[in-house]
Amino acid sequence: MQFQKKTLSTLITGVVVATMATTVASTALATTDGKVKIGVLADMGGTYADLCGPGCVVATRMAIEDFGGQVLGKDIELVSADSQLKPDIASSVARKWVENEDVDVIGGLVSSAVTGAVTQVTNSSKNITLITGSGSNAFTTSACSPYIAHWTYNVVALANGTVKPMVSEGKNKWFFITADYAFGHALEAASMKIIEANGGETVGTVRAPLGTTDFSSYVLQAQASGANVVALANAGNDTVNALSAAAEFGLTDYMDIAGLLVFTPNAQAMDPETAQGMRLTTGFYWDMDDQTRAWSTRFEALHGAIPSMSHAGAYSATMHYLKAVKAVGTDDSDAVMKQMKNTKPDDFFARNATFRADGRMEHDMLLVEIKEAADRKSKNDIYNIVEVIPGNKAYSPMLPSCAF
Amino acid sequence: MATFLGINFFALFGQLLIGLINGSFYALLSLGLAIIFGLLRIINFAQGAMYMLGAFVALLGFKYMGMSYWVALFVVPVVVGLVGILIQRFLIRPIANEDHLYSLLLTFGLALMIQGMFTHWFGSSGQSYPVPDVLKGGMRLPFMYLPNYRAWIIVVSVLVCFSTWWMIEKTKLGVYLRAGTENPQLLQAFGINVPLIVTLTFGFGVGLAGFAGVMAAPVYSVSPDMGSNILIIVFAIVVIGGMGSIGGAILTGLGMGIVEGLTKYFYPEASATVIFLVMVIVLMIKPSGLFGKNT
Repeated sequence: MQFQKKTLSTLITGVVVATMATTVASTALATTDGKVKIGVLADMGGTYADLCGPGCVVATRMAIEDFGGQVLGKDIELVSADSQLKPDIASSVARKWVENEDVDVIGGLVSSAVTGAVTQVTNSSKNITLITGSGSNAFTTSACSPYIAHWTYNVVALANGTVKPMVSEGKNKWFFITADYAFGHALEAASMKIIEANGGETVGTVRAPLGTTDFSSYVLQAQASGANVVALANAGNDTVNALSAAAEFGLTDYMDIAGLLVFTPNAQAMDPETAQGMRLTTGFYWDMDDQTRAWSTRFEALHGAIPSMSHAGAYSATMHYLKAVKAVGTDDSDAVMKQMKNTKPDDFFARNATFRADGRMEHDMLLVEIKEAADRKSKNDIYNIVEVIPGNKAYSPMLPSCAF
Repeated sequence: MATFLGINFFALFGQLLIGLINGSFYALLSLGLAIIFGLLRIINFAQGAMYMLGAFVALLGFKYMGMSYWVALFVVPVVVGLVGILIQRFLIRPIANEDHLYSLLLTFGLALMIQGMFTHWFGSSGQSYPVPDVLKGGMRLPFMYLPNYRAWIIVVSVLVCFSTWWMIEKTKLGVYLRAGTENPQLLQAFGINVPLIVTLTFGFGVGLAGFAGVMAAPVYSVSPDMGSNILIIVFAIVVIGGMGSIGGAILTGLGMGIVEGLTKYFYPEASATVIFLVMVIVLMIKPSGLFGKNT
């Protein structure tokens, strides 16, 4: 009993101390020591590792090297860590970085749940985040902040790019197979809004846990729903598994499948016979023109695979950040962010781009179609570009409350 | 359509059948684990990695050597079984007399390393393996479309599960095996090479995981984390069925597939947790598992 009491009191003391530490921590502010240190927090070995993991570190390093390796007269430092796709781990890494290790800016960031946890830390410490892998539109709406730069894509752009044209073509009854976490919910909501606004309807949704292997049960529910389009509001292997189950159960014979978020490695993982002709929206395709090919070839030589949009986004965002630091001559977050928003990003990734006051980087998106196996010249030759969607048509307008 | 209390029966039948398909797959997977866990008392956390290895060997064999699915069904379990034998002989045997926790930690570490290496070599996104031509297409049942390959999974699982159960429960080899667990010294006194039996049993159990990997390759994307996703579920099934009960693992595998299938229909959000809920309830009521004997 004595022991238990002692343990209990130790525990309570521990909790109290920890809570105090958190309070203290949340008031510590970003350092302006004139030395730029970039942290890349991504999924190094989990299910999203190919989307934004070691590749996002490679892309960020390329940007630093192309910039010359130095800014404000000092070497630019790069650190990286594995978020393990766990919000608690990610936020404690972020806290350690900005508190104790003088990290100025955090890039990478895949999975909206992880990014949400990280931005809570960085927003209060006034450190900039360059979000390149996650898609929830909350980062520039309900959870917007002056210190967020949401770079590559978001769910609204995906929905506008993929869903809108399909509804206009008369595909008016939709069924959603949705990943059951922040990103899936946001993507589903954004798509439903567009379906409704264009005269279509949603006849059913089913929420599948992240990392589901067998989608046959959900496919059967989709089949019974009377829909003419099944939308996959998920990502990574979930999309690949869902699509293959849909094909296996004959769904693809009489329904259209809309893969709402497909990264290049996922498109490569899909069986060409089932995936061919599927249209999807992406922020980048390596084989678009000479500029993209030049960068992608360099990236492939370093990383061993062609870049996906989050890799290209990581490069572009880092470059824009470094240019702003150089221009204002300080690593103070407010000054740098102001400069970033005052200049238009312009590189192989960011086309006809503006970096808006709400933190949204608005750029041309691509509507692409997955190529038939027979038309592919190599394993990397996967898309035909159908249409370039101008940034202002893809992204939703800025909320007045988020105009920082 | 036939509906009652808002439930569409055709849809329900479909879900039941899918549950049965997944259940027979679970049964196949838990079989190997039940043998290693139940007979050898080794908690093999590398079983999921061996399942993944099976799928990858099939995929790589197909890609680089043109090995067909049918050849893979026989070759892959042997290859994976050999890997298992090496692991048992050189890593697990030296710590066989230690606490069970040692082998748990060893195999867990091994699983992480194998998975990490495959992620490093092949990336995390997974690759597709074609369904063999003979099994393409499907049958249109009154309530659903049943792909041939899924029907094939049921047939093969039932066959493999039944013959393994028969071998262990009804043949002389099975008797040696069970006796080796009960009293190794006595069996050794009869001139039986017990360490060899243990190694071969481990290899067989791991080979079954490799076999399940080949069966899974055409329907699920082949990725390094495919094993870790499913391993915990399969462990839960073995615990629910009762440690050491081969038949229990098979029946529980089938049953849990159906429970999970119905959950996916009525409340999909809980489909990832329902098996663990059942496990908690079973452990509270009957700690030795549904078919387990008190040890």
